[in-house]
Amino acid sequence: MTMELDVFVGNTTIMDEEVYQLWLDGYTVNDAVKVRMDGGVMEECEASADVLLSDTMDQYRTFQMCERLLHSPSKLGNQLLFQIPPHRQAMLIERYYTFDDAFVREVLGKKLSKGTKKDLDDIGAKTGVTLKSCRRQFDNFKRVFKVVEELKGPLVENIRHHFLLSDKLARDYAAIVFFANNRFETGKRKLQYLTFQDFAFCAGQLISNWTVGAVGEPSVLFPSFVCYMDVDLDKEFLQELKELKVLITDKDLLDQHKSLVCTALRGKTKAFNEMETNFKNLSRGLVNIAAKLTNTKDVRDFFIDLVEKFIEPCRSDRWTAADIRLYLTHYNNSAHILDTFKHQVVWDRYMGVVKSCIFKMYHD
Amino acid sequence: MPGKLKAKIVAGRHLPVMDRASDLTDAFVEVKFGNTTFKTDVCHKSLNPQWNSEWFKFEVDDEDLQDEPLQVTVLDHDTYSANDAIGKVYIDIDPLLCSEAASVISGWFPIYDTIHGIRGEINVLVKVELFNDLNRFRQSSCGVKFFCTTSIPRCYRAVMVHGFVEELVVNEDPEYQWIDRIRTPRASNEARQRLISLMSGELQRKIGLKVLEMGGNAVVGYLQCFDLEGESGLVVRAIGTACTLDKLSSGSAPNTNTHMHPNTAPASNACNSPSKDGKEPVFGEDLTSSSGPPTPFRALPTTSSSPPPFSPSKPCSRQSSSSDTDLSLTPKTGMGSGGSVGKEAGPLKTLLRQQTQTALEQREFPFFTLTSFPPGFLVHVGGVVSARSVKLLDRIHNPDEPETRDAWWEEIRQEIKSHAKALGCHAVVGYSESTSICEEVCILSASGTAAILNPRYMREGCLDIGITDHRFEEPSPPSCGFCHIPYDELNMPFPAQLTYCYLCRRQKVPDVLFTTIDLPPEAAVTGKGCLIQARLCRLKKKAQGEVNATAISNLLPFMEYELHTQLMNKLKLRSMNSLFGLHIQISVGENMLLGLASATGVYLTALPAPGGIQIAGKTPGELSNEHHILTIQKRINDTIAKNKELYQINPPKLFALDPEVFCGINMELTEEVVGSPIPEPRQRSRLFRSHSESSDEVSELDLSHGKKDAFVLEIDDTDAVEDIHSLLTDAPTPTGFYSCNTEIMPGINNWTSGVQMFTSVRVFRLSNANLTNQGLNKIFTDLCENLLKSFYFKLRSMIPCCLCQLNFTVAVPEEELIQVTVTAVAMTFDKDQTQEKTADKPPTKGGSETEEQLQFPLELCADSSSANCQPTSKISGVPESTNVSSRVSSLERCSPLPEGRSRSLRSSRSFGGSSVTVVKMTPLSFLPGTRIIKYLGIINMFFIRETTSLREEGGVSGFLHTFIAEVFSMVRAHVAALGGNAVVSYSMKECMLMENPNKNQAQCLINVSGDAVICVRETDQEPTPSTTNIGHTSASATDEAT
Repeated sequence: MTMELDVFVGNTTIMDEEVYQLWLDGYTVNDAVKVRMDGGVMEECEASADVLLSDTMDQYRTFQMCERLLHSPSKLGNQLLFQIPPHRQAMLIERYYTFDDAFVREVLGKKLSKGTKKDLDDIGAKTGVTLKSCRRQFDNFKRVFKVVEELKGPLVENIRHHFLLSDKLARDYAAIVFFANNRFETGKRKLQYLTFQDFAFCAGQLISNWTVGAVGEPSVLFPSFVCYMDVDLDKEFLQELKELKVLITDKDLLDQHKSLVCTALRGKTKAFNEMETNFKNLSRGLVNIAAKLTNTKDVRDFFIDLVEKFIEPCRSDRWTAADIRLYLTHYNNSAHILDTFKHQVVWDRYMGVVKSCIFKMYHD
Repeated sequence: MPGKLKAKIVAGRHLPVMDRASDLTDAFVEVKFGNTTFKTDVCHKSLNPQWNSEWFKFEVDDEDLQDEPLQVTVLDHDTYSANDAIGKVYIDIDPLLCSEAASVISGWFPIYDTIHGIRGEINVLVKVELFNDLNRFRQSSCGVKFFCTTSIPRCYRAVMVHGFVEELVVNEDPEYQWIDRIRTPRASNEARQRLISLMSGELQRKIGLKVLEMGGNAVVGYLQCFDLEGESGLVVRAIGTACTLDKLSSGSAPNTNTHMHPNTAPASNACNSPSKDGKEPVFGEDLTSSSGPPTPFRALPTTSSSPPPFSPSKPCSRQSSSSDTDLSLTPKTGMGSGGSVGKEAGPLKTLLRQQTQTALEQREFPFFTLTSFPPGFLVHVGGVVSARSVKLLDRIHNPDEPETRDAWWEEIRQEIKSHAKALGCHAVVGYSESTSICEEVCILSASGTAAILNPRYMREGCLDIGITDHRFEEPSPPSCGFCHIPYDELNMPFPAQLTYCYLCRRQKVPDVLFTTIDLPPEAAVTGKGCLIQARLCRLKKKAQGEVNATAISNLLPFMEYELHTQLMNKLKLRSMNSLFGLHIQISVGENMLLGLASATGVYLTALPAPGGIQIAGKTPGELSNEHHILTIQKRINDTIAKNKELYQINPPKLFALDPEVFCGINMELTEEVVGSPIPEPRQRSRLFRSHSESSDEVSELDLSHGKKDAFVLEIDDTDAVEDIHSLLTDAPTPTGFYSCNTEIMPGINNWTSGVQMFTSVRVFRLSNANLTNQGLNKIFTDLCENLLKSFYFKLRSMIPCCLCQLNFTVAVPEEELIQVTVTAVAMTFDKDQTQEKTADKPPTKGGSETEEQLQFPLELCADSSSANCQPTSKISGVPESTNVSSRVSSLERCSPLPEGRSRSLRSSRSFGGSSVTVVKMTPLSFLPGTRIIKYLGIINMFFIRETTSLREEGGVSGFLHTFIAEVFSMVRAHVAALGGNAVVSYSMKECMLMENPNKNQAQCLINVSGDAVICVRETDQEPTPSTTNIGHTSASATDEAT
């Protein structure tokens, strides 16, 4: 004696947010029923386990039917199959594209390819995210990546427009796309302490300052082609960064820079001595990172370099975040006073980003 | 060439990928009407093609326009092989043929394929230019409006109700033709869809012709059904009520009352020229001015002359009909018997009967498919009449001569008619017909409610609706009049306990009342109503042909009897005394019969309080048994008490004192009473009765009925055990929920705008173990109960809410399967507003009524005070009855469109940038908080869906879930294309599922219908006191509803 068939269809599609979340999280129907039972829905409405099972099945089916539409969210708005009020549509989309920070941290900067997809069960096991959910999140990354990869214009806008996501989520996706495109290394042990939000912030900085689109004006040479390509770093700018090398290769300049910074810092921090002794090392580190960015390989190592060349030395000297802030501000500003240093614009464009990245990445 | 049909294909979107290589599609469209086909250009390599075609013009007969749908086929162009069909859209252009309905069809339609379901959408524009056709012998009936709604549509006024129209057409089912062996499932399904579409078009046209012949312009309560008889063919049949409707101008509120009613024209005049505008002097108006009990003599002149025709269309039958009157089958005719009753109402009753009878007898079948009526239409209600007949199907040899099927229905209708006559009624209201087919056996069923109608409504139009302050003069007050028995007390058709009406005290009422109609809005009700279901399974031996048919016919009466007993028990358990919207379905399978009776239980204030249920054992000596009985008795009493509280049944105290007085019912179960445990109250009841008898000089009541005072269930009887079991296993509705299967939930009148229509289907597979009847009953009952529980759970966010028009359909699709299909609507309401509403407008009539009634209760109390009647009840009697009448007014006011609970449908659309019109659907005839400003035409759609990859589509559940969602979306799209934003009176007539999981196949047929409408938010009459409150609640309700 079994229920051969059991469906419930409302003219306005009925969706329970709690069940939706369970579905997104990759729970099986039976597990979801268990979770719901523990959640106490039953007592609340005098329902039995059967009722809960039947409801969960219905909802899961509905979500499965909706999933195809969620892959291109703009379709959800003008499809006719489900009558879903717009605010519910927005909820469905937003939740569908929401990801686990733990999961994304694992795939950040990796190539969104079949190879990575094969590793998903390992990642799932490591992060405690179900394989089903991992797949959904991974496919979302890939889908967004594929769509915006070829699009012109601001990356965040493109994502928000095509996937109808909230600003916050669109920014996160922009970070993911940006990292995947430039294949930034984030998996090394030394980078493990950094959260996805740290990286997302840095990505935001890079996108808005170091890409072609960041300049804000279409390129004169290829107005329709390269303009507003937010996904790639501005090659010209990377080339110009080489010029900064003068700050460490020119002995005078280096000393001058050091003395300017030290004068400004003296008496303002307990770590002054360490700052003074490490100045040349740190400066060399930062400028070398800049100079090497023309190599794709070194672009990938940008974050690991920042950690190795700057953050780690500072941390071993027990600088506080305030110290870092103080030091970098003066380090940046003092360069403007150097009269022989001609690359102020490039320097600011570089240091602006590096500064805010380091602030974010430096955890006390 | 009376019509030009124009169609334009604009664009497509979300098309499926038809070319794997390019991941794109080369789509073009074929537009076909009749035998003419046009094609658009091919739009290469696009999933969102823009065709922007020219206007394709079809010059056609209006007959074809009515029969044929416009067929739009989307194809993928293939240079080398045959073009692949993507899918089709059938557009019914009927709504364009009526000047008052839609003028253009324009919108996105889902492209539907019977194998793949919906595959993208197409934007189509359709227009019709009709030329006037004055040909008297025309075959078309353009312009006749059709409504599924079983009441007078909201923005119309009925000038005249002509009566019953029926028609059926038959054909061979393409699925069973030889060609089906060689064609693809797709071709076969499409042939079937197209045929049924054609047949229903033809049927509608034929019915329209009948309506025109009768002089009407509309069909209300149009009910169309398909009988898929398999090998023997395909029957499409429809019934409805022909009316002449007048559109109310949208600006004027329909508060034009009695003065607008032309009422009865003088008979002689009417005979010659049945006028529709009623310039004649009106006697109804005279009556209006008189208050108190109507004077019968005023009406007398009408009787002496030949009665005016019921319908102007059949002039020749008039003369003869007047002479028929005296020969009428009804036992009580003529003035003689009326006078002998010696009561004021007597002659009038007779008179009414005579008038209407003659008018109605001209009709072959005085049937009305309507379930709710304008105030005053319904004079008395006799009770449910039903007839069933088991037939063996044989091949329909000549589709053009559907005589056999006609004869079958004719037979059944005659039976219904004679049942009604036996109840002293001349008409049947709330009439419906249905079939259940298994192999070659077919059960035809018809049921309705025997009634006496107001003669005035039979003639010149008086059927106004929406009149809140209605001051019709009737023989009895509107709040109880319909409960008064129509039959002769001396000559009762069945043994029943009669008492004087608890409201007006003037006429007799039965102890229980069963009807198939909706609760009249003006009826006085105590407390709230609730859904009551009786469920029954009966095993039957597998057999063939005659033997099988005989076996089924033999089982039927037993099933009806048991269902009736169950209903009665459950009614009493809820302490209610009447059923509305009763629908009994008996479904036949190969090895079993399923019976499901659904109704809404109500406590009618006019009827006596129901007695309790008393358990008795056959062998009272045994101690253990005794104990057992006591336990059960206690449980039952507790349940009754709990239910009284739940449904807020607090009848006037006077009557509550002796609850078991009037509970005898016509049932053999009650015959064997072993010792009445509560003898005292019976004593009292006798006193009460004898009093009323003496004072009214009516002594027909058989006092020996005292035996039946308590409704007794014998515990020794296995049936009784089963009954008790099923009684007590019915789970109560959770707090915050109410349920009913009627339009209006008695006791709730303050709807907010949350509306959620849903369809739920469950199929249960029985194990092949040897099942007993009891075991089956349990399974079936659980199935229904669990469905309800599941609804309550799913809709919990809408609390407080009421499930209305809960429509259960059962079927036995295969030997071991039971299928239950439910369509209903959940509507939110405002818990706290009842008091305000009732308080603000005491009815004008209430006061005088109360005064009139006063005499009775006072007398009663005085007399029965010796029998423990407490003096307090004397005092309580007065406010109690006031209370009742005020409640009436509130109900009346709320019924069609509860003022003030409002939030426009269009406003909910303005949520965001969605381009899709929100279309609300409801099985009710209204949407709370809105006003229907236009009816756009009938929606009647038939779809077939088939799959050969059942597993991949998520099994049968996944398959059906998708299909139902698709059907909804296609209905919505058609409504939106007509310019509408809602479907009212929506129903799913058929949901037939066949599956073969082993072959990974399934097929499903769905037929839905309803009325497409435009409604607007009801802002005009927003009551001032609670505006802010309303805004808040409705907003949240909408959120929840979604």
